[in-house]
Amino acid sequence: MADIHQLAQMFKELDDQLVGCMRCGMCQAVCPVFAQSGREADVTRGKIALLEGLANEMLTDPEGVNDKLNRCLLCGTCQANCPSGVKVMDIFLKARAIMTGYFGLSPVKKAIFRGMLKNPRLFNMLIDMGSKFQGVFTKKQDDLLGSSCARFNAPVIGDRHFTALADKPLHKIVPELNTPAGKSGIKVAFYVGCVIDKIFPHVGQAILEVLERHGVGVYMPKGQACCGIPVLSSGDTDTFNTLVGMNVDVLRSGEYDYLVTGCASCTSTIKELWPTMYKGASARQFDIANIARKTMDISQFLVDVLKVAPREGGGRTVTYHDPCHLKNGLGITAQPRNLIRAAGCEFKEMNEAGTCCGCGGSFNLAHYELSKKIGGRKADNVVASGADIVATSCPACMMQLTDMLSRKKAGIGVKHVIELYADGCR
Amino acid sequence: MSKDAITKEFEAIVGAENVMTSETDRHSYSYDAAVLDSVMPALVVRPSTSEELGKCVKLCNDNGTHLTVRGAGTNLSGGTIPHPGGVVVLTNGLNRILEINEEDMYAVVEPGVVTAKFAAEVAARGLFYPPDPGSQAVSTLGGNVAENAGGLRGLKYGVTKDYVMGIEFWDVNGELVKSGSRTVKCVTGYNLSGLMVASEGTLGVFDKIILKLVPPAQAAKSMMAIFPSMKAASETVAAIIANKIVPATLEMMDNFTIRTVENFRGAGLPVDAAAMLLIEVDGHPAQVEDEAAVVERICKENGATAINVAKDAAQRNAVWQARRDALPALANLKPTCVLEDATVPRSKIPAMIEVLDEIAKKFDLTIGTFGHAGDGNLHPTILTDRRNKEEWARVEKAIDMIFDKALSMGGTLSGEHGIGLAKSKYMEMETSKGTLAYARRMKSVLDPKGILNPGKIIG
Repeated sequence: MADIHQLAQMFKELDDQLVGCMRCGMCQAVCPVFAQSGREADVTRGKIALLEGLANEMLTDPEGVNDKLNRCLLCGTCQANCPSGVKVMDIFLKARAIMTGYFGLSPVKKAIFRGMLKNPRLFNMLIDMGSKFQGVFTKKQDDLLGSSCARFNAPVIGDRHFTALADKPLHKIVPELNTPAGKSGIKVAFYVGCVIDKIFPHVGQAILEVLERHGVGVYMPKGQACCGIPVLSSGDTDTFNTLVGMNVDVLRSGEYDYLVTGCASCTSTIKELWPTMYKGASARQFDIANIARKTMDISQFLVDVLKVAPREGGGRTVTYHDPCHLKNGLGITAQPRNLIRAAGCEFKEMNEAGTCCGCGGSFNLAHYELSKKIGGRKADNVVASGADIVATSCPACMMQLTDMLSRKKAGIGVKHVIELYADGCR
Repeated sequence: MSKDAITKEFEAIVGAENVMTSETDRHSYSYDAAVLDSVMPALVVRPSTSEELGKCVKLCNDNGTHLTVRGAGTNLSGGTIPHPGGVVVLTNGLNRILEINEEDMYAVVEPGVVTAKFAAEVAARGLFYPPDPGSQAVSTLGGNVAENAGGLRGLKYGVTKDYVMGIEFWDVNGELVKSGSRTVKCVTGYNLSGLMVASEGTLGVFDKIILKLVPPAQAAKSMMAIFPSMKAASETVAAIIANKIVPATLEMMDNFTIRTVENFRGAGLPVDAAAMLLIEVDGHPAQVEDEAAVVERICKENGATAINVAKDAAQRNAVWQARRDALPALANLKPTCVLEDATVPRSKIPAMIEVLDEIAKKFDLTIGTFGHAGDGNLHPTILTDRRNKEEWARVEKAIDMIFDKALSMGGTLSGEHGIGLAKSKYMEMETSKGTLAYARRMKSVLDPKGILNPGKIIG
C-alpha cells in the first residue's frame, strides 16, 4: 500500500475537475441516497469535498472516504442537474480506480472480476451449473414476477426476492447470428449483455424476434464479454480494459449500421465510458469511437430509426420506470414510452418515474438496506400509478423492481418494454 | 468534559445513530456555499424532536461548547461554517410541516422543512408562500429565516421577514422562548421574532416558525425586453416603478450574461443585446392586461429594440429559464464563481452598473451582472480561479470596492446572502461603532458564554 501522501498526489490530478464544484448544494434535491440518509457525506457535494480533503492532505482516513465514495448508485442524477456542469461520473469512476489502486480489490471481487468475467467461457460454465442446482437452495416466491427467495439463511441472498438464473442462457439458445438486412435495408449488431444473457434470455429473444419482423439483419457474434461497468465502478480499470478489448475484437469485424442493446447500463457504458475510460491501443480506440457512435438503446432504434409509431391504446395499463443510465446520461425518455404506446398498451405515468430504483449494481449487494428503502419508494410509486405492469429498459432495474414488488405482494408484473412490443406485434 | 464524555451525553439525547464523529462526516460539515476556508467541527448531531433540540442547546451551553445550526448549508456568506472544535446541529431531522391553516392563512413549520416542498404543499391547498430564494429546491425555512432570504419576487411580495408571524426558539439555557402569534395583529411584548430574523443562529435556536400565507395571483404575464444599453434598461426599471406599477418580478441581465446563457442553452437570446429585462406582472386578469400594456409602452419609450410577450406557459417558462440559467451558465465558465449581492436603492441602479464596469476594467476581472433590478439587488458575479493567488488578490480588492461604492450610494452590504463570516469585517462601514457595540452588548447578555455561532455578523 502506498503512503497517504502518494494517494493525495493521485487525487491532486483530479483537482481541475473537483474545483468546478461551487458547493451550491443543489445535488441534495435529487440524490436518492441523500433522500434516505440526510447525510452530507452521502451527497455529491460532500463526496467532492472529501476527495479535495484527501488531495490537499487535510484528511488522514482514506478508508473512511472510500466507504463514503462507495455509498453512491452512480445514477448520474446529480450530474444531470448540476448547475456548474461538474463531470461527477467521471470524477467518481476515476476516484474509485485510484482507491482500488491504493487498497487493492477485495478477494471476492478479485475472484469474480479477474477469475470469471475475464474468462467468459468459464463464467458461462459456472453460471450453467448454478442454474441447474439453484432449485435446491431456493423456492418460488411469486409466479407472476417469477421471483424466488432462499430456502434457508444464505449469506449473499439474504431476504431478497430475486430473479433466478434462466434454465438456458441466450447464448445456448442462439449461439450466434449473422443475417442479412431484410426489407428495412438495415443491419444491426446485437450486444446482449450479461443480465439479459443469463437471467432474462426471453428479453433477448424478444429483441431478435422484433428485429426479424421489421426486416432488420442481425450480427450477433460469439465471445461477447461483460461491458465492464461492474468492474469499472469497483475501480478495476485493468479488467475493464481487458473486457472492452475482448468486446471490440468481436464487434469490429461485422458490417452493421447500428449496434443495439436491451440494457440501459450496457448502452451508456459503450457510448460514454468505453471512449473516455479505455486505456489501450490507439487502433482499438478508433474502433471504440466507431462502435460508440453506432450504439443505441433498442427502443431508441425502433422509434427514431424504424419510425415505429404509437397506436390506439386499450390493452393493459403500463407505467414506465426510467433507468438512470438512459435518462441521465443519454436523455432517452420519450422513445421507451412511445414503444409502450406502439405495443397497444394504455400508458400511465407514475410519480418520480425518473428517480433511481436503488439497484446501482453492486451497491445493492453492499448496501442492501439503503437499496431497499430507495426501491421501496419506487415500488410505492408503481403501485400508486394503478398500472398492471411496470416496464423499463434495463434488466438490472427489472431485478430490483421484481424484488421490491414481490415483497409488497403488489400483483404487478415487471417487463422490459421490448417484451410488451413483441407481444403487441404478435 | 472530555470529547468522549460529551459525545456520550449527545448520544444519550439523540441516539448514537444521530451523532457523527468520524473525520469524514465532520469534514462534510466544514463548509457551505461561500468561497471561504472550511473549518472542521468536533462532532455533528441530528436531533429529531423539539425536546432533543432544546437539550442539545443546553448541553452545549453547560459545557461552553460552540454550536452552529445547519439546514442545507447553501448560504453564500459562511453562516454555517462551524467554529473550530464546535458542534454542528443539523435541522434536517426536524422537517415536519405542523399545520397549514387555510382559514387563517398561516402555517407552522419546523426549521428543517425544505422551502420548495413547503411552497408546493401550500400551493396544493390553494395558497401562496412567495419567498423563492435561488436555492429553494434544497434550502430550509429555518435557514431562510436565519438569513432573511430573498428571491425573485422581493419587489412586489417582499422577502422572508415579511412572512414571519412568530418564532419559538431555544435560548442558551434550554428555555423555550415564544414570540409572535397566529394572528395578523400582535403586540404582546418585544418583537423577538423580528430580532431572530437574519440573526444567523447567533441569538437563539429556532424550534418552530409561524409563516404568513397569501392568496395566489389569478393571472400573470411575462415578457422579455431588449435594450441597446444597460442605462436604457435601468432607466426603464425606474420608469415602470414611477408609473406606479409594481411587477412581481423585474430582472436584468447584462450582455456578458446574455451571451453566456445563450452559449449554455442555445435558446435564441439576442447575443448582441447590451441588456435585457425580464418582467412579470401578476394579479387580477384585467389588471394584468392593463399593466402589461403599460409596461410594454414604457419599454418602447425608453428605447427597447424588441419586446417578446409570452403567449403561453411554454413561452413564459422560456423567459424564466433564461433567468434561472444565469448563475449556472456563468459558473460553468471558471472554477470559482463569487456571487455578490451588494444592493443599492433602485434609482441608483444605472450608477451601480457603471461602477461595476469600471471595477471590472480596473482590476482586469471578468464580471457578469444580472439580478433583481426591481429591488436594487444586483448580483455582480466575479469569475475567477481561487487557486490563482495573484488574481484572487485582485478579486478581494474588487469586492472591497464594490461594497465601498454601494455604501456610498446609500446601499447595503448584502441584500439577501447574509453577513456571516464573509462580510462581518465590513459591518462598521455600513452601520457605526455604536451599532456594533450595541449588538455585541445584547449578544453578551443573551449568550454570555458566546456559544451560538461565534464569529458571525458581529465578528
